[in-house]
Amino acid sequence: MKSSQNKVTTLAAAITSLIKDNCHLSIGGFTINRNPMAAVYEIIRQRKRGLHLYAHSNGQGVDELVGAGCVRRLEIAYAGSGRFAPTCVRFRKAVERGELTVEDYSNYQMTLRFMAGAMGLPFLPTRSGLGTDIIKHWGFSKELRNSDETLPKQKLVTIDNPFGNWCESPKLVLVPAINPDVTIIHVQQADRRGNARIKGLTFADVEQAKAARHLIITCEELVEEDFLKRDPDHNQIPFIHVDAVVPIPWGAYPTACYRHYDYDPRYLNNYRQAAEDDKSYQTYLAEKILKPADHQEFLALSDKKHLKSLVADPETGYAVGLERS
Amino acid sequence: MTVRIENGYSRREMMTIAAAREIFDGEIVFCGTGISMLAAMAAKNISAPQSTIFFETGAIDSRLEEVPLAVADSRVMYLTAVNGGLAEAFATMQNRFTGSRVVGILGAAQIDIYGNLNSTVIGDYQQPDVRFSGSGGACDVASFVNRTIIFMQHEKRKFVEKLDYLTSPGWINGPGGRERIGLGPGGPETVITNLGILRFAKETKKMYLAACYPGVTPEEVQQKTGFALDLERAEAFPPPTNAELKILRERCDPQRLILN
Repeated sequence: MKSSQNKVTTLAAAITSLIKDNCHLSIGGFTINRNPMAAVYEIIRQRKRGLHLYAHSNGQGVDELVGAGCVRRLEIAYAGSGRFAPTCVRFRKAVERGELTVEDYSNYQMTLRFMAGAMGLPFLPTRSGLGTDIIKHWGFSKELRNSDETLPKQKLVTIDNPFGNWCESPKLVLVPAINPDVTIIHVQQADRRGNARIKGLTFADVEQAKAARHLIITCEELVEEDFLKRDPDHNQIPFIHVDAVVPIPWGAYPTACYRHYDYDPRYLNNYRQAAEDDKSYQTYLAEKILKPADHQEFLALSDKKHLKSLVADPETGYAVGLERS
Repeated sequence: MTVRIENGYSRREMMTIAAAREIFDGEIVFCGTGISMLAAMAAKNISAPQSTIFFETGAIDSRLEEVPLAVADSRVMYLTAVNGGLAEAFATMQNRFTGSRVVGILGAAQIDIYGNLNSTVIGDYQQPDVRFSGSGGACDVASFVNRTIIFMQHEKRKFVEKLDYLTSPGWINGPGGRERIGLGPGGPETVITNLGILRFAKETKKMYLAACYPGVTPEEVQQKTGFALDLERAEAFPPPTNAELKILRERCDPQRLILN
């Protein structure tokens, strides 16, 4: 599959074939930027269940998957959507009600965990976390870790520096690798084989992409291979990692996609309000997400003029002067 | 939202400017979401023009024409020195050559007398009464950099004897506490609240009241703090100047997206 010359497929087909119930999934993006939202909504529409989800600082994507009941376990550093939700609402409710098991790490720890996975190593060291409850308190119990071979036996391990005090680091924290079954990221440009270009900040998308057994790339633009190969220094992911390419304009909406469109403040504010109440959240889910057959129909629920106001200014990469209150 | 303006400025404006005054010219400023970003913008525009705005998402030296509403906002990606990713950003702080030049600005749900922070849960970790966002990059920053500035709302339930969960390390349990667990020597320096400024005593690493804003008494601060504070050193804090307010309001957040 990964050597195929043409990996272009539909979102429905990619999700059906690669996302299985109970699988280990990681999604790219950060808070309110470049979350693979079209894929998130398709997972919800296909009513996937029992997902073991990994992210570092994902807001909207994680919250919608949790809210729709797709997620069984979550390993994360931060569940927030910036000013639109300092703590993601459905995530908060699910944890407080005991419906979701969470394992907490820091952002750097999660990044290193994906990096270790991408490097084929069992763990990487850092100085972050020494002396904290992130090390002390485990979300996944010892019993669970011992009985589930898809989990490392320990959450984090503190060691003495085997090189003495070399680099003034007497102690280190070892973070276990993550190798998800599937990673989904949304990028600005990709070609048919899966070569991909991210514009702006890459977050930890590249590490997440390369750590996974299977990789789905959704993209704003499908471009010719030679277009990307003419400026290869601007590409981050070579086709060898990729299983499926899904061209899907506005595929990160309602989160932002740098140089294409901004986040939608109105959508995100309405979402937070709906999320606060179980009944209004079910209405949101039924009307906005489950009713539309696909991302095009979902987008058609927003009026064109409003979407146009989100289109990025070519100079800055965001919608200058956008009403954001 | 209505904002109470006393003496011609709001408490939030006071807090932002107080933080901006703490930033040294030439420093690399790690900012989180919200008021910390605004403080970094204000410092850059007022007193520390050579400071460098830096985000955990991987943006360094962003030209902030509009206030970002998250650290991943596309606005942080505009006219940067480099747009990287999380791996580079945290390495910059873990690296002692660059990390020692970074000042981190953090916030939290709870703080203790040694400046340790909780941004994870209230109550039991397994069955929390209230769940917050989690560490994000806060634990990393607090572990790595030389000094941190902390924003807090001043309430008794937030300034506590014992944290429900230690997310980000401060001075741990006093002098030598960080070194004993293997962390570098830096730590929290200033806590900026809606009532005043608190710092940490050199000898004990315990928080003390350094200054009250105009109209706030040390007794009021103690009343809203869940542990005993040394009030003896409290001074009056100079209110924001017209020039500071003008830049903050007109240049940094004209839409009052963070200030309100």
